Amino acid sequence: MQEMNLQVELLEQNSVQYFKVVGEIDAFTAPVLRERLAAVENVQGLKAELDLSEVDYMDSTGLGVFVGFYKAVSANGGHVKITGLNKRLNRLFEITGLNEIIDIEQKESEDHNATL
Amino acid sequence: MQHYDYIEIKIPAKAQYVGVARLMISGIASRLGFTYDDIEDLKIASSEAITNAVQHAYGQDEDGEVVVGCALYEERLEIMIADHGTSFDFEETKKHIGPYSDTSDARFQREGGLGLYLMETLMDEVKFHHEEGVTVFMTKYLGRERGEEDVKRTANS
Repeated sequence: MQEMNLQVELLEQNSVQYFKVVGEIDAFTAPVLRERLAAVENVQGLKAELDLSEVDYMDSTGLGVFVGFYKAVSANGGHVKITGLNKRLNRLFEITGLNEIIDIEQKESEDHNATL
Repeated sequence: MQHYDYIEIKIPAKAQYVGVARLMISGIASRLGFTYDDIEDLKIASSEAITNAVQHAYGQDEDGEVVVGCALYEERLEIMIADHGTSFDFEETKKHIGPYSDTSDARFQREGGLGLYLMETLMDEVKFHHEEGVTVFMTKYLGRERGEEDVKRTANS
């Protein structure tokens, strides 16, 4: 059994599927995240919020999972919002252009001094 | 030849070890005095290259290894990631690297397009060498913003 540095919690709030992701998203942990999200992505008109405020590492494997989820949910008339981005994560979405496609929101505490 | 310290790690080509190599890169970058942001860039760029090697270099039932070598210079960190599993000769391999080309690096385009893009965006220089596997060679300079070199060149001319 390999220790995995990723947890995905699902809380349903007012019909919004709220996922709290904690830990590192990389090649090892991304399949777990993908599996958790795939379980709900085909729900018609799904409203999903992914809180990444406690993700301390992410690379393109994580971005790939979110792009796939976004595409599936959008195809089923739903909406995905990614919240709690720190400056580092926000920069990843910006340099890859994904901030133009996916609805993202920075951590409140980082909103004003975001210079990147 | 400029002096450098060299550190190498060889990991099984399995996803659970990408994070182990990333910790080594992080420790080395911190030792060299890179800023917090630069260390994060180095962690992502090297993880992209290692992930590519882990996911594409070997067949499903094939046991492979990925070698990650770091040359620590006073003003820069050079990282080589080789997926043929055997230890490489750093100087010799360096002679055979070339610029990235769309045609020869179809492997990266196909599935790792975003990863390759991140490597090139987050590092100062990225090169590839194909010969019994793929070797990625990337460099990041200490205390230098991207584009600064061009400014210097203009100022000196």
